[in-house]
Amino acid sequence: MEATVPGHADTHAHGHHGHPPSGLMRWVTTTNHKDIGTMYLWFSFAMFLVGGMMALTIRSELFQPGLQILEPERFNQMTTLHGLIMVFGAIMPAFVGFANWMIPMQIGAADMAFGRMNNWSFWLLPPAATLLVTSLFVPGGAAAAGWTLYAPLSVQQGMGMDMTIFAVHILGMSSIMGSINIITTILNLRAPGMNLMKMPLFVWTWLITAFLIIAVMPVLAGAVTMILTDRHFGTSFFNAAGGGDPVLFQHVFWFFGHPEVYIVVIPGFGVVSQVVSAFSRKPLFGYASMVYATASIAVLSFFVWAHHMYTVGMPVGGQLYFMYATMLIAIPTGVKVFNWIATMWRGSLSFETPMLFSLGFIFLFTMGGFSGLVLAMAPVDVQMQDTYYVVAHFHYTMVAGALFSAFSATYYWLPKWTGHMYNEKLGKVHFWLSLIFFNMTFFVQHFLGLAGMPRRIPDYALQFTEFNQISTIGAFGFGLSQLLFLYNIITCIKGGPKAPAKPWDGAEGLEWDLPSPAPYHSWETQPTVK
Amino acid sequence: MTKQARWGNMLRLAGLLLFAAASGWAQAEYKLNFQEPATKLAHDVYGLHMGMMYICVVIFVIVFSVMFYSVFKHRKSSGRTPATFHESTKVEILWTVIPTIILLLMTWPVTITLLEMRDSSNPDITIKATGYQWKWGYDYLKGEGEGIKFMSVLSTPQEQIHNTAPKGEHYLLEVDNHVVVPVGKKIRVLTTANDVIHSWFIPAFAVKQDAVPGFIRDTSFRAEREGIFRGQCAELCGKDHAYMPIVVEVVSPEKYTAWVAEQQKKMAASAADPNKVWTLPELVSRGETVYMQNCVACHQPTGKGLPPVFPALDGSKIATGPKAGHIDIVTNGKTGTAMAAFGKQLSDADLAAVITFERNSWSNKTGELVQPNEIKAARK
Amino acid sequence: MSQETYYYVPGPSRWPLVGSLALLLMGSGAAMWVNHIGAGPYMVLAGFLVLVFMMKGWFGVVIGESEGGSYNKRVDLSFRWAMSWFIFSEVMFFSAFFGALFYVRTLSIPDLGSVEQQMLWPEFKAAWPSAGPGFKEAFTPMAAWGIPAINTLLLLTSGVTLTWAHWGLLKDNRTQLKLGLVLTILLGLVFLSLQVFEYSHAYHEMNLKLSTGVYGTTFFMLTGFHGLHVTIGATMLIVMLFRVMAGHFKPDHHFAFEGVAWYWHFVDVVWLFLFVVVYWL
Ligand code: HEA
Ligand code: HEA
Ligand code: HEC
Ligand code: CUA
Ligand SMILES: [Cu+2]
Repeated sequence: MEATVPGHADTHAHGHHGHPPSGLMRWVTTTNHKDIGTMYLWFSFAMFLVGGMMALTIRSELFQPGLQILEPERFNQMTTLHGLIMVFGAIMPAFVGFANWMIPMQIGAADMAFGRMNNWSFWLLPPAATLLVTSLFVPGGAAAAGWTLYAPLSVQQGMGMDMTIFAVHILGMSSIMGSINIITTILNLRAPGMNLMKMPLFVWTWLITAFLIIAVMPVLAGAVTMILTDRHFGTSFFNAAGGGDPVLFQHVFWFFGHPEVYIVVIPGFGVVSQVVSAFSRKPLFGYASMVYATASIAVLSFFVWAHHMYTVGMPVGGQLYFMYATMLIAIPTGVKVFNWIATMWRGSLSFETPMLFSLGFIFLFTMGGFSGLVLAMAPVDVQMQDTYYVVAHFHYTMVAGALFSAFSATYYWLPKWTGHMYNEKLGKVHFWLSLIFFNMTFFVQHFLGLAGMPRRIPDYALQFTEFNQISTIGAFGFGLSQLLFLYNIITCIKGGPKAPAKPWDGAEGLEWDLPSPAPYHSWETQPTVK
Repeated sequence: MTKQARWGNMLRLAGLLLFAAASGWAQAEYKLNFQEPATKLAHDVYGLHMGMMYICVVIFVIVFSVMFYSVFKHRKSSGRTPATFHESTKVEILWTVIPTIILLLMTWPVTITLLEMRDSSNPDITIKATGYQWKWGYDYLKGEGEGIKFMSVLSTPQEQIHNTAPKGEHYLLEVDNHVVVPVGKKIRVLTTANDVIHSWFIPAFAVKQDAVPGFIRDTSFRAEREGIFRGQCAELCGKDHAYMPIVVEVVSPEKYTAWVAEQQKKMAASAADPNKVWTLPELVSRGETVYMQNCVACHQPTGKGLPPVFPALDGSKIATGPKAGHIDIVTNGKTGTAMAAFGKQLSDADLAAVITFERNSWSNKTGELVQPNEIKAARK
Repeated sequence: MSQETYYYVPGPSRWPLVGSLALLLMGSGAAMWVNHIGAGPYMVLAGFLVLVFMMKGWFGVVIGESEGGSYNKRVDLSFRWAMSWFIFSEVMFFSAFFGALFYVRTLSIPDLGSVEQQMLWPEFKAAWPSAGPGFKEAFTPMAAWGIPAINTLLLLTSGVTLTWAHWGLLKDNRTQLKLGLVLTILLGLVFLSLQVFEYSHAYHEMNLKLSTGVYGTTFFMLTGFHGLHVTIGATMLIVMLFRVMAGHFKPDHHFAFEGVAWYWHFVDVVWLFLFVVVYWL
């Protein structure tokens, strides 16, 4: 281990010459952005499987009316953990993984700004995940108040809730440290000539996302801390008898929660921007407006939170304000969609798997955006709030949005990471199956929601049966299709045709100047941009 | 559920997965949109939703026909060389301004509808709906029927839920006592809750209002036609969130008057003489009814509860120990747990009955009985 | 600057893993503790010790690297960015609690006392301070112009002494530096002692507790988290003092000192807000 005196191994191993320890210790002690990125990606995939199995459990219970495989309390635990694990365990770490791998390579830096802290950001995730998953097995089971943890239901529950609260604290520390690292790297470690308006969009979107994370994760930590003290230390934040208000929790939570949904998707915007331009063989249309649009989305996201709370009975003026503010977000998002399409216009398009997933993203995310706009209309939302329409909306934005863009990113950069080409045919099959089964799972949920099926119920009235059955079958199909993805990645790591330094002829960016697979230390000498 | 039944269900499920497409769906009646509106507001909301949807569909089709045009015409495989343009201030302004205008146009009808929706002034009848884990309590506060008060509990039998009996037509959407209201009258609903947040939701009326513990919130509706309208609690409220439906029966004014008279008679009859001394069998049989309506969700029919969250009453120290402790926890509940203060919901007679029932059921054989006047005394 | 060392990248390190272990122990231990499971407190304690061990080791390495000259200007700038963003995240953490205070004072308390809510809380009159309609005992709210005002002065003075110490460092006047640091630490410690006294007074004589409705809740949570931050800040200042004694820092290379100073000023500013909205208004 290291010592405090100068001159010892830890202090003068100037990374560039350091050879990593082998075996497990390499992964446990590494400060290398690629190793850490790899760990993030595998962790997030594992969590995706865990959260996905929970989704399948939910869908199995909902295959028929009546209680089949889960007691209602267990069902609520599944819903809660599915939401938490997918958002904090699968999607966010996946994008931090991409950031770790790609940002130093894209801006011409040796590594991330803080190697050791980077390692810690990752290694905080397993303890948090452990707390979340083992909470299923403690007396009383896991938290069952939904991923939104609304008080006072969350105040009522057992020990699983406390474990969830502490898990959220740890996850918060991890993502705040990760974001500080990313921001610092971007602001301080760019190669000479790489000024801000030359950065690839993935870097830009991460800069903005990291800002959002630092701004709102502490607020979530505050919110769950308030639940903790209300539960055990006699405070009255959410208790009317003591002068508090259950709705206060919702305000604090959604002040975090709404920016959070953009945290989930904005890095995906960056990926799609780069992929669309690469496979159109044409520079991105409206680079500057992309940057401004993303920044506006991020800024606006702080001012719209109560559109999740139209039915709590806030004054009508509040409803109107939040409604108008929410509608505004459609404008910058529209700009992005139009820019992507203009990038393709009169390009020279080809449709390798990354491009397919990006196109799927644009198409389906826009649908999710439109259903979001419908929800933003307060009087209409009163009909739809807490029904499956909302579930459909956010799976269009988060699965077809965030997840599809993560698939796109994986296929796009896989050759750079492994030095091999993945199996293109299999990739395309993965895309088409995902596309079909995704829509089968979630499109019908719009109908369920419109007809009045509430969310978070293990059992439903008979008229909802058929669509639930379609949805369940779709979910199993979607889940199984992901096995192709896993298989494709593993075979690509193990072998496959050798990838050139730049496998996509239309791709732009410093990462393609490095050989494939990228060397352990990228940019030992800093490149100069133009 | 036994292990065997569970496996049976899993197998059935697997089988159904395979054959579902072939069976069922062919004759299924699809429901693709909002329920048939029954208030003017619901019509408005229906219209708004359709309007929004058409606008979105039109934009969607235009935007994506452009994209698909590119996808089909601008392929590399057709030997194209890519253009190099990457900016055009003109179109960028255009596609910022046009959506802005569309959005501005949308705000007008939406604002009008919202203002109308939130106007609950000058009601004909005011009803308070209180959410409990997991049932609704109703108090008719003002207008015709003032003073009527009842609980409304899911009436679907457990056997249907656990798949041992065929499911009825209104599976999960049926309750013992409907909320009855006259047609064409403005009904204001005050919502509140006793424990956690619930939400009072009737799709056909376009009404959904959260019931927040410790606060009164309100909403209103004016039903245009007679009929029975069903909804469900729409805020996750714990394990039986799926099992607390809301059923509103809209009747003609005459029928409503008759219903009010009938209810008042019933209430007078059940307001038992507080000084009456009850016998053990009387208390136990009344207590069983109360138990099945109020306590069974947590403490279970067997009295075994669902430990560790919901304790067993069978053999419980409190339910077999001194009476005072038992009366206290049932009347005043226990803060910070799901055990609610039933003193607010139940009459002295009901409390006495359910406590007596618990002290003399399953393996609890105290032989003691609690009289309504003891509850009254304990309430101070 | 040679291209080879344009940025220092640390080699492999085990400290992060130690830190994760510490947090796993603390998280699961705390979950057990609040549920009265015997091993809980011991796990938290063990976790805390591991955390202290980790910090000692980790910061030791960083200090060694810094004094050993591994950190060039660019690394220094990284630290500055990072510390600023970290403080920003702390600001947001406090905003959640200030937001809660704002909410109860301007929304929930007035609402609970309004006519609409009379059905539920017939006797309640909205006013601040308030412990809510369900709180029936009497309690004394905290006055601003006693200890809190003194504490304000103490913290403001400590900001000045710290800046004075910093000037000393810039001028390479080590005596001024040491003296300033010592004074700052003393002021911080006096502040903390007075706060402890104030809390004990509140609990024993004013019937003002964490459980005294929203007033007690917001009072103790806000001042408590602030006090925790003063404690952390003072600890860091003490570490700085030891490093100064050991001859660390140069007029042009002392980010750690500055980072701690920023943190201290941040804690100071939070207190000013606290003083105004918690004690005074
Ligand atoms: C990645 C995640 C993500 C994203 C990007 C969004 C994007 C949006 N969301 Fe969504 N949302 C969620 C995730 C997301 N949401 C989640 C998880 C929930 C539920 C949480 C829970 O309760 O558990 C939720 C819930 C939710 C609600 C609350 C529903 C309820 O519970 O009652 C609302 C209401 O306003 C809403 C609105 C919007 C809007 C207006 C957008 C906008 O940003 C969309 C903008 C995009 C477009 C509009 C399409 C593209 C635009 C054009 C092509 C331009 C032309 C358009 C016009 C002129 C109309 N969302
Ligand atoms: C980014 C986040 C994300 C992602 C990716 C998903 C993915 C999926 N989600 Fe979920 N979901 C949420 C975020 C997400 N979800 C949130 C936030 C909620 C709200 C929670 C709440 O109400 O509190 C929610 C709620 C939610 C519900 C509503 C539950 C309820 O209200 O009770 C449903 C129901 O259908 C659902 C389904 C699914 C399905 C089928 C998938 C699928 O896409 C998953 C597919 C993945 C797999 C299936 C695993 C991978 C494959 C294998 C392991 C191979 C083996 C497979 C087989 C043997 C078939 N999700
Ligand atoms: C929403 C769930 C719920 C309902 C409904 C409910 N209880 Fe309880 N009950 C609880 C919980 C939780 C506890 C445990 C409280 C504690 O931690 O001490 C409890 C405890 C009790 C106890 C003390 C048992 C013991 O040994 O600790 C009695 C007696 C009791 N309930 C009676 C009733 C009666 C009578 C009713 C109906 C009129 C009822 N309960 C309805 C949740 C419920
Ligand atoms: Cu009551 Cu859900
Ligand atoms: Cu939102």
